[in-house]
Amino acid sequence: MSSLSPAVRDSFTMLRRNLLHARRYPSLTLNVLLMPIVLLLLFVYVFGDVMSAGIGGGGADRAEYIAYLVPGILLMTIGGTPAGTAVSVTMDMTEGIIARFRTMAIHRGSVLIGHVVGSVLRAVISVVLVGAVAVAVGFRSTDATVLEWLAAFWLLVLVTTAFTWIAVGMGLASPNAEAASNNGLPLIILPFISSAFVPVDAMPSWFQPIAEYQPFTPAIETLRGLLLGSEIGNDGWITVSWCLGLGTLGYFWATSLFNRDPE
Amino acid sequence: MTTTTSRSLAIAAKGLHKAYGDKTVLDGIDLAVPGGTVFSLLGPNGAGKTTVVKILSTLIGADAGELRVDGHDLAVDPQAVRAAIGVTGQFSAVDGLITGEENMLLVADLHHLSRREGRRTTAALLDRFDLVAAAKRPAATYSGGMRRRLDIAMTLVGDPRIIFLDEPTTGLDPRSRHTMWGIIRELVADGVTVFLTTQYLEEADELADRIAVLNDGRIAAEGSADELKRLIPGGHVRLRFADRSAYRSAAVALREVTADEESLTLRLPSDGSQRELRALLDWLDSADVEADQVTVHTPDLDDVFFALTSGADKPAEAVR
Repeated sequence: MSSLSPAVRDSFTMLRRNLLHARRYPSLTLNVLLMPIVLLLLFVYVFGDVMSAGIGGGGADRAEYIAYLVPGILLMTIGGTPAGTAVSVTMDMTEGIIARFRTMAIHRGSVLIGHVVGSVLRAVISVVLVGAVAVAVGFRSTDATVLEWLAAFWLLVLVTTAFTWIAVGMGLASPNAEAASNNGLPLIILPFISSAFVPVDAMPSWFQPIAEYQPFTPAIETLRGLLLGSEIGNDGWITVSWCLGLGTLGYFWATSLFNRDPE
Repeated sequence: MTTTTSRSLAIAAKGLHKAYGDKTVLDGIDLAVPGGTVFSLLGPNGAGKTTVVKILSTLIGADAGELRVDGHDLAVDPQAVRAAIGVTGQFSAVDGLITGEENMLLVADLHHLSRREGRRTTAALLDRFDLVAAAKRPAATYSGGMRRRLDIAMTLVGDPRIIFLDEPTTGLDPRSRHTMWGIIRELVADGVTVFLTTQYLEEADELADRIAVLNDGRIAAEGSADELKRLIPGGHVRLRFADRSAYRSAAVALREVTADEESLTLRLPSDGSQRELRALLDWLDSADVEADQVTVHTPDLDDVFFALTSGADKPAEAVR
């Protein structure tokens, strides 16, 4: 450990603290899992026949709709974790120990980095669990190569990291947990108005721009392309641009908020 | 400790200013705390004590002032200051979600202690602060006194040479308070410099080498407890009479007396010496006046406090 730079070492320590919280109080992580799994089951077993009728020019079967749905559900899982992170950051900032961290000779950013990395790890675990449920209800991605699987994995990590930095900023800007919960709502609502459940061109034309010009739709389309072999086109680069933009914005927003004098 | 470090100042502030919006909280404060001593900042609620601690411990910035802690300029090298200090704020700086032991190990990790050293320090401090039995419980379940002890134990990891304690005994029961005093005395015996804020005069009197009274953003007075007590004429003898006629005849005859007709008491300035008391008693005897009760009141820090901190709640008798 002594060979690591102090910044890396402190960030590891803060990550351990974050994971300790998550392990000791798993309800926040589990709450995040509940919604995508319930939606997955609902859209497959309850709405599945109706929804699949609208896919691929009509007449698709349920298996095809599952294939269409799962990438969206996975990104919805990714959206839910940062929303929880915003709340836990706000609550953490009320803990007296944050004042102690500020008066210790540690790497300042490590407090936030611990939250971000911890959140990304929890999101990855959530995605794996939701993915397992998806496979159990019939999702198959047998055509994807190992390279495509790896790309899909890193795509999810990139999207989570970007949204988590935004969420940490939201958490720091929120005066209390209720406000943080409200501020995190867009992260939960955006997937609903993306191409997660139905293709964008099946939506009313006035709504299509809303679904099109937001980060979740290109991310979902890219994931579909990687897992199912559909056309990715420009969506890959658009997703990476969204993530780099949001991530950079979130990083600078969060660090400048954290470096302000506390109340 | 070497002579040079004991001579040099652990904490030095010149012209410290801080305002929130248009409300001035600190209006030009000068402080000088020699190494290895206990300095107490005394003042009523809202006087700005916590703001001073927050600024000197690098938590918030000052608007103006030349500030040095452990020889490092706060504006230039706050990280060097942080490496030298330990802070226990008014609200306990512990992580309530994890256990006491995990709190200690967390701080040890942040001080970059090796795993073994961290465990050794943690075990020693938990033992010293009587927290071994509670070590495996989440800190949120601790009582106020236990949290405060854990807080100080965490502050001591890494052997800081300068420790800020912001109202360390507020809200503690008398036993916990005395435990805390013992802890502070031990720290000083080890050569640590302690910067202590308190609203308890007794605490400052008990622990501090030097005391500054902060009122309304300014230092109203500074000195040792004895020096402060000499600042104001608080010593007096109080005579209480059983009936009105005795009270009246004494009140008429005695000069320089403060009279309170309602409670039938007279108060005379006095240094409380045997000679002055005998003279007074002789006089009462010869005038054939009998006081129901004679009490001698020597000045204490309460008198200093009330005299210096106008605007604070003060008992009527302290008004002069």
